[in-house]
Amino acid sequence: MTFGILILEGPYNHQASDSAYNFTQAALEAGHKIQGIFFYHDGVYNVAKLMEPPQDDRNIATRWAELAEKHDLDLIVCIAAGKRRGISPEVIIPHVRIDGLGQLSEICLEADRMVTFGD
Amino acid sequence: MARDRLTKIMFMCRQAPYGSVYAYEGLEVMLIFAAYEQEYAAAFVDDGVFDLKKDKDSSGIGMKEFSTTYRVMEDYGIEKVYVDGQSMKDRGLTPDDLMIPVEVVDRDTIAKVMAEQDVVLPF
Amino acid sequence: MLHTVNKSPFDRSALASCLASAQPDDHILLFEDGVFAAKAGTKYESMVKEAAGKYKVYALGPDLQARGIDAIVDGVEICDYAGFVALAADNVMCPWL
Repeated sequence: MTFGILILEGPYNHQASDSAYNFTQAALEAGHKIQGIFFYHDGVYNVAKLMEPPQDDRNIATRWAELAEKHDLDLIVCIAAGKRRGISPEVIIPHVRIDGLGQLSEICLEADRMVTFGD
Repeated sequence: MARDRLTKIMFMCRQAPYGSVYAYEGLEVMLIFAAYEQEYAAAFVDDGVFDLKKDKDSSGIGMKEFSTTYRVMEDYGIEKVYVDGQSMKDRGLTPDDLMIPVEVVDRDTIAKVMAEQDVVLPF
Repeated sequence: MLHTVNKSPFDRSALASCLASAQPDDHILLFEDGVFAAKAGTKYESMVKEAAGKYKVYALGPDLQARGIDAIVDGVEICDYAGFVALAADNVMCPWL
């Protein structure tokens, strides 16, 4: 089974990104494939590389980058939503690309199931 | 392609405009998706029915008036637009209050259309 | 169909709206703040109990535990993330955000 993941809410403010992370990990552990993870609305902030939470808290951006590297995941930030919010190539973590909403459409067409997390 | 036929995608619009960005950026998703020529439906439920209210003027709050763009949904290939009658009634709206002619249906009809979808995206 | 509800019923209408749309044999997963609906002894208990009779209703265990909810409404099944993944693999998801 191939899942597409859509994340619509920013980090820390809402649990959406944490739930998406836990879901993605469980899906990979169960042997499923991830077609792509698309960040939209304030979800684009999840990949901001300058975030530096206290050491006893999770670093949401780093965690996504590490999962992407380990499993060769395709992480995509929406260019329109990102531009609106100051998310540019200079400020994002590695293993993420910035691309258009067409990529979300492609994920919807290619994945067997779409799973959405947001507020 | 995950399917050997057109993918059925429904946009589930439950948020009102302006108070949050979901309706606005949701509309952008609909218009981009339309270029991929799949089978699209849009359902306006709960506060989403306010998206289609006519005579909105956002000049006083300094935000872009985007909702007239809902008028092009049909031209873009989002041919099935359903509006939940109970949500309208609860909010004191009649079809005359909306900017486009729509199919006012009950929740059961929307639920049955939803059950046929491959993808449901919430905005 | 898998309906996911992540809102507290005390704050938002997501669960009520979901229940108005759910069809027989559908699955409903309560997670994040949605798990407050699964707590025993709330004013929504009878509503959730009735829903559990008509549909398969689940609550995400880690979210219950995080919020200190140990007693849940009869008929609601606890599932973990692996269970969530299995539900999402078997059903098209409708998120009631």
